[in-house]
Amino acid sequence: MVETITPRFPRPLSAPGADIGKAVHFGADKPLKLDSGHVLSPFTVAYMTYGALNAAKSNVVLICHALTGDQFVAGQHPVTGRPGWWETMVGPGKPIDTDRFFVISANVLGGCMGTTGPAETDPATGKPYGLSFPLVTVKDMVRAQAMLLDALGIEKVLCVTGGSMGGMQALQWVASYPDRVVTAAPIATAARHSAQNIAFHEVGRQAIMADPDWKAGAYQLEGTQPNKGLSVARMAAHITYLSEAALQRKFGRNLQERESISFGFGPDFQIESYLHHQGMTFVDRFDANAYLYITRAMDYFDLAADYDGVLGEAFRNCKTRFCIVSFTSDWLFPTSENKRIAHALNAVAADVSFVEIESDRGHDAFLLDEPELFAVMRGFLNAAAAQQGVA
Amino acid sequence: MKTTVPALRADLAAIVAMIPDGARVLDVGCGDGALLEHLIATRHVNGRGIELSQQNVNACVARGLAVLQGDADADLAEYPSQVFDVAILSQTIQATRAPRTVLGHLLRIGQRTVVSFPNFGHWRVRLSLLAKGRMPRTKALDHHWYDTPNIHLCTIADFVALAREQGAVIERALSLDETGRTRPMNPSAWGPNLFAQGAIFMLRGG
Repeated sequence: MVETITPRFPRPLSAPGADIGKAVHFGADKPLKLDSGHVLSPFTVAYMTYGALNAAKSNVVLICHALTGDQFVAGQHPVTGRPGWWETMVGPGKPIDTDRFFVISANVLGGCMGTTGPAETDPATGKPYGLSFPLVTVKDMVRAQAMLLDALGIEKVLCVTGGSMGGMQALQWVASYPDRVVTAAPIATAARHSAQNIAFHEVGRQAIMADPDWKAGAYQLEGTQPNKGLSVARMAAHITYLSEAALQRKFGRNLQERESISFGFGPDFQIESYLHHQGMTFVDRFDANAYLYITRAMDYFDLAADYDGVLGEAFRNCKTRFCIVSFTSDWLFPTSENKRIAHALNAVAADVSFVEIESDRGHDAFLLDEPELFAVMRGFLNAAAAQQGVA
Repeated sequence: MKTTVPALRADLAAIVAMIPDGARVLDVGCGDGALLEHLIATRHVNGRGIELSQQNVNACVARGLAVLQGDADADLAEYPSQVFDVAILSQTIQATRAPRTVLGHLLRIGQRTVVSFPNFGHWRVRLSLLAKGRMPRTKALDHHWYDTPNIHLCTIADFVALAREQGAVIERALSLDETGRTRPMNPSAWGPNLFAQGAIFMLRGG
């Protein structure tokens, strides 16, 4: 049984007036077979839509979110009360123009914003899954999204896009369902997670698991929250989203609300207090176990591995048109990784464009006000829409 | 479907005329994609581009073209051999760091290679250097020596020598005059090297 329900979030709503979207519940007859061999059933996918579906159902833009993102790409986030994470990109008249396109974005499998993940209750036990939740992969996330589109009666998407892990999903979408994707715009991403990126993720996971309040993953049952660990994980990760140049420009050695150094370990420097703030606000909206599961899914991502190590084979004979975007100062998903995808696509004669955008803002550039990114996305979508006869 | 495309510069139109219908084409240094767009609209080619400038790549993407932002000097080595029917290097060879290597790659990547370039052997250029003793500036080459992107200028005779050295067969050679008119030329004769503003060659790898 497939039914539409009201999504439930683990955290209270701070903006009760905001659109909370919907969720599709897949019953026992619609199991999700995972890469790990486990079968997840029942499960729920929470999602948001923006704009209107046209009669031909040809104007769908599917947005996939990154590690700590969610389905709230635009408008007010119901839990945090803040603007959606891609507010600059998505909306009426914006590059992904909701006056023209029907935007769908779903919370990923293993997430903590309404889609089934470790923080949800396991119907078999009546208790939170915690670490009994099966490991999920990027491919599993995409499977769940495909089932969502099936449930919504949508066969094809005009474009699938996203940055970072969202870009991984976009790539996986084309590899798994080439006939369902007209165009794909993976941004600041990679077809495999690098050793350095796995290393950073492991630091984050170890920080969470070292927190005594983590309770071997059973913190919900114990009534604790591993906030310290999750916050440190976020702080370490946040550094990787920025660049040395941007940190220097924004913070330098500026002191935080003091005239001189304190000869202590309080937050003397602005950068320290900034990171603390990032860590503290993160724990208010994110689940520690979900962080473990999603980082692991990214670590496991290696698209070429499914094709005997030849990345191009993932895209052989696909008719999807690609636009790949990287940023010069992104050292987490550097240009070289993005270009590797472009070359693999070229080698199998796929239709691919690649753009490297000059920016000193590191990996986070894809979330920020980057006019060149907007110009590329607008142009790419316009061309796709014209080709597909979307008004 | 939109099929109207703006009129093309004369030298580009001459290149279009050389490309067989439905060919697989790689345009190296494709600029804002005007040539590729024409080739797709009028010759129904399967076209790809490489372009250095981000602004130009954006323009190409907005036109719905498949263009990789990249550097001919660095990126051509990664292309497999003989995958394109025609590789085009339009008004670009003189701006590459290693023209000999770039031409070698194009001859390898394409069954045919089309190269167009300004002719530094034109009499005005020669006269200007002789009379003024300064690096020539012409309408086609309107830069100072210190800020020109054209770091490897050559004459028609120079190019013919390089093509032969690379074992390439010259299948067609056109001269370009001031107005952009093209006419077939004997690339080894002294006349075109003195009077042609530019040249377009179609080569085949040896």
